Amino acid sequence: MSGLMTAMTAVLCIAMLVAALVAIRVLGDKSLPIAILAAGLVSLLASVLFLILASPDVAMTEAAIGSGLSTFLFFFVLARIRSWEKGEREYDGEKHD
Amino acid sequence: MTGKNMIKRLLALLLLASIGAMFASLLLAYVPDTDLNFTARYYAEHTAADIGAANIVTAIIVTYRGLDTLGEVTVLFLASGIVGLVLSFGRKQNTTLRNLVPVGELLTTASQYLAPIIMLLGVYVFVNGHLTPGGGFQGGAIIASGMLLLLLSDPLKRFSHTLIATVESFSGVGYIALGLVGLVLAGGFLDSRILPNGVLGELISAGAIPLIYSLIGLKVGAEFSSMLTSLSETEDL
Repeated sequence: MSGLMTAMTAVLCIAMLVAALVAIRVLGDKSLPIAILAAGLVSLLASVLFLILASPDVAMTEAAIGSGLSTFLFFFVLARIRSWEKGEREYDGEKHD
Repeated sequence: MTGKNMIKRLLALLLLASIGAMFASLLLAYVPDTDLNFTARYYAEHTAADIGAANIVTAIIVTYRGLDTLGEVTVLFLASGIVGLVLSFGRKQNTTLRNLVPVGELLTTASQYLAPIIMLLGVYVFVNGHLTPGGGFQGGAIIASGMLLLLLSDPLKRFSHTLIATVESFSGVGYIALGLVGLVLAGGFLDSRILPNGVLGELISAGAIPLIYSLIGLKVGAEFSSMLTSLSETEDL
């Protein structure tokens, strides 16, 4: 692995760590949609990392399922939960904490 | 924040730190291999001659470890079946009650042009699974993301469940049938050498791998699509 590759990998890893911290709502403004997007970003960066590690098959799976389908699955479920909660009380987002 | 929550957070952080320590020890002990190990060397040396697939990963997934792939497809089938079963209780015919957020013009127009191209890319990926990276699972997921785009642009759109179920059943039965044909004509269950290997690197080569992977791609695409449409049609649980 050349020096440029190592540097790129290091940048990717740091970006993934930051995105993961946003995804588990330690950093950032702690809204659920942003956490979901950050989780998708972790997958997207992971797929780039797989590509650097010369496994394009895994990278494609990660990009299509990890960052594509599962992100939107979370949004579907979030929309369902919100429309369900709206009937009982106004959704607050931070009420559970 | 109450004290109870504080303890919860501390425990979660402790758990994360211990998992991190485990991975760090793995990473520190990592030494890159200088040459392929025994199994990998066998695959690298014999795939082109035996199976005729340019993509060794595909040869392993479809032929050498075909039974594992059948298991994976079965797991996915069960998952989509259970999702459909659970969500069918919440499905209602009357969808006019739901107040929807209006879909933007950008998404509507873009999805009309992009969805066919995305689905074409999915088909390309699984048809060329034996030549280029990717294959049935990746292609199926790409097709399903095309369906997802259509569902996002028009949440009230209804896809034919009969069509999705028919595609899924036929590709599943076809996959098993090809495997059984391999039992009779070639070396064993799911052996791809029931058709001639052909020239390495051509589209029609590698025996039955393009056929099997196309069937897997259709099956995976139909399963993901049925999950997405069930989720989209469900009102409440």
